[in-house]
Amino acid sequence: MSALIEVSGLDKAFGGVHAVEGVSFSVEAGQVYSVIGPNGAGKTTLFNLISGIYTPTKGEIRLNGESTDRLEPNQLAERGMCRTFQQMQICMNMTAIENVMLGRHLKLKSNLFSTLFRLPSLLRDEKSCRQHAQDLMEFVGCGEYLDTEASAMSYGALKRLEIARALAAEPKVILLDEPAAGLNGTETAALEDLIRKIADQGTTVMLVEHDMKLVMGISDRLLVLNYGRVLAEGTPEEIRNNPDVIAAYLGG
Amino acid sequence: MLNQFMQSRLRGLIVLAVILYTIPAFLSNPFHYDLATQMAIIAATVVGLNLLVGFAGQISLGHAGFFGLGAYFTGIMTGNYGWSAIPALVVGGILVGILAWVVGRPILRLKGHYLSMATLAVGFIIAIVINNESQITGGPDGMPVPPFDVFGWELSPFGSYSLFGIELNGSQAWYLFAAAVLLVAVWLAQNLIDSPIGRALRSVHGSEVAARVVGVNTARYKSLVFVISAIYASVMGGLYAHFQGFITPAVASFDFSIVLITMVVLGGMGSTMGVILGAVVLKLLPQVLTHFQEMEAVMFGLILMLTMIFMPKGLLPTLQMAVSKRLKKRAGGQA
Repeated sequence: MSALIEVSGLDKAFGGVHAVEGVSFSVEAGQVYSVIGPNGAGKTTLFNLISGIYTPTKGEIRLNGESTDRLEPNQLAERGMCRTFQQMQICMNMTAIENVMLGRHLKLKSNLFSTLFRLPSLLRDEKSCRQHAQDLMEFVGCGEYLDTEASAMSYGALKRLEIARALAAEPKVILLDEPAAGLNGTETAALEDLIRKIADQGTTVMLVEHDMKLVMGISDRLLVLNYGRVLAEGTPEEIRNNPDVIAAYLGG
Repeated sequence: MLNQFMQSRLRGLIVLAVILYTIPAFLSNPFHYDLATQMAIIAATVVGLNLLVGFAGQISLGHAGFFGLGAYFTGIMTGNYGWSAIPALVVGGILVGILAWVVGRPILRLKGHYLSMATLAVGFIIAIVINNESQITGGPDGMPVPPFDVFGWELSPFGSYSLFGIELNGSQAWYLFAAAVLLVAVWLAQNLIDSPIGRALRSVHGSEVAARVVGVNTARYKSLVFVISAIYASVMGGLYAHFQGFITPAVASFDFSIVLITMVVLGGMGSTMGVILGAVVLKLLPQVLTHFQEMEAVMFGLILMLTMIFMPKGLLPTLQMAVSKRLKKRAGGQA
């Protein structure tokens, strides 16, 4: 089986600071792959590189064998990659369900003519899109917010809403940037269930997370970053027993 | 759910239609009708501009340029080349749309103030060209424009018509026509907003990075809405030219661009009905404040500032919020 995401020799420098330096790893389809590391280790930078928000200084990222060099985030979305953000990116000028429907943008074939004259084909598409979005919101556990303005929703609900939006595109791989940040114990447990359910559906999940319990429980493999470099890579068991990791991160 | 939504969409349009067609009961002379007709045409322009400013969050300070181009294209083609009004409006709209596409591609890469400055420059260039090409445009003296016509039938403010047996003078007929145009403009704008394209546009405003990671080609959508709002302005400019019968470079001026954007901000960015109210208020204001004629620009600036400070959401949304708050309070008091 070839790797879904293949990163080789990735380097990103901001001025003289190397946020990510010489990072290589690969993610197999269907895995839950987590990136951990202390604050400032370069985890979010790595995600921004993979999702096309930043351009690498050096190195290469391949998605399904295709180099993502020069691809814009929207072109990566067309190729099956979706993500959420540590600093949530929700359109506060829309309702909750509209945010999720926005996530289905690529699945809708709308043209200007049918839009302006509101032809039946458009109404049919919109109806099924709305139904799909509603199902997804129930799937992530914010079904009660359908027509709530996004600006009126709680932090925890918005976090789940962002995941629903990312799933709406039916991505091959979903990148979750600190989905558990700011959630309480119950919410984190619910999130763990949700990530499992997403993975069970065959979607590859990449995760940046601080919550060690969550990460160790659900990941197939882990990548540990420290000062922008790879400290260790392996199964949760290997990571837990790696002396470098224990020294640098787990504080043992 | 969808049915309910459809109903609420139609409700707005029906309310607007009822208002537009009861207004004549309060109008007594041709001057009133002319003013109302101007309002309707300007309101339709502003509805188009609102798609760009209110929904996609991109500021254009040169929209009068597109309005002026539409007005002059129609004026020149019907006046000098004997075209009929409809083809002139359509071709003018297409050409202005193409122009907006060409200048929009590079401009819309800019953000915030830079985008405003660039559209400002485009507006100025258009105004300068109209002023200087006096052989075709009449320059600062302006040029006459023939009345609006469809298949040889003419709609002139000085004609007299009969509709379903009711005798109408030209001003009344023009008002009814302009009101219908406004309704169509609102209907099209609402259809656009309430669609996948509309969601993509609003997401550009809400969070551009979110839009991009779900696959929205934000550059393409920004260009699209820029073109659509320019076409709105061009077609309305053309109608305005036919209605007025005479146009001067003022229709393409910077001042007029500012008036248009003030209407959007005052009425309520992102509220289609709101910006119509904005257009009505700002068109009425000079009539009420005739004493401050020389201070008009100052007044507009002041209104823009006060709106931004005290009603950042705009006139209609603020009113709606106040009303719904009061209703809630009353309901709470009874319980």
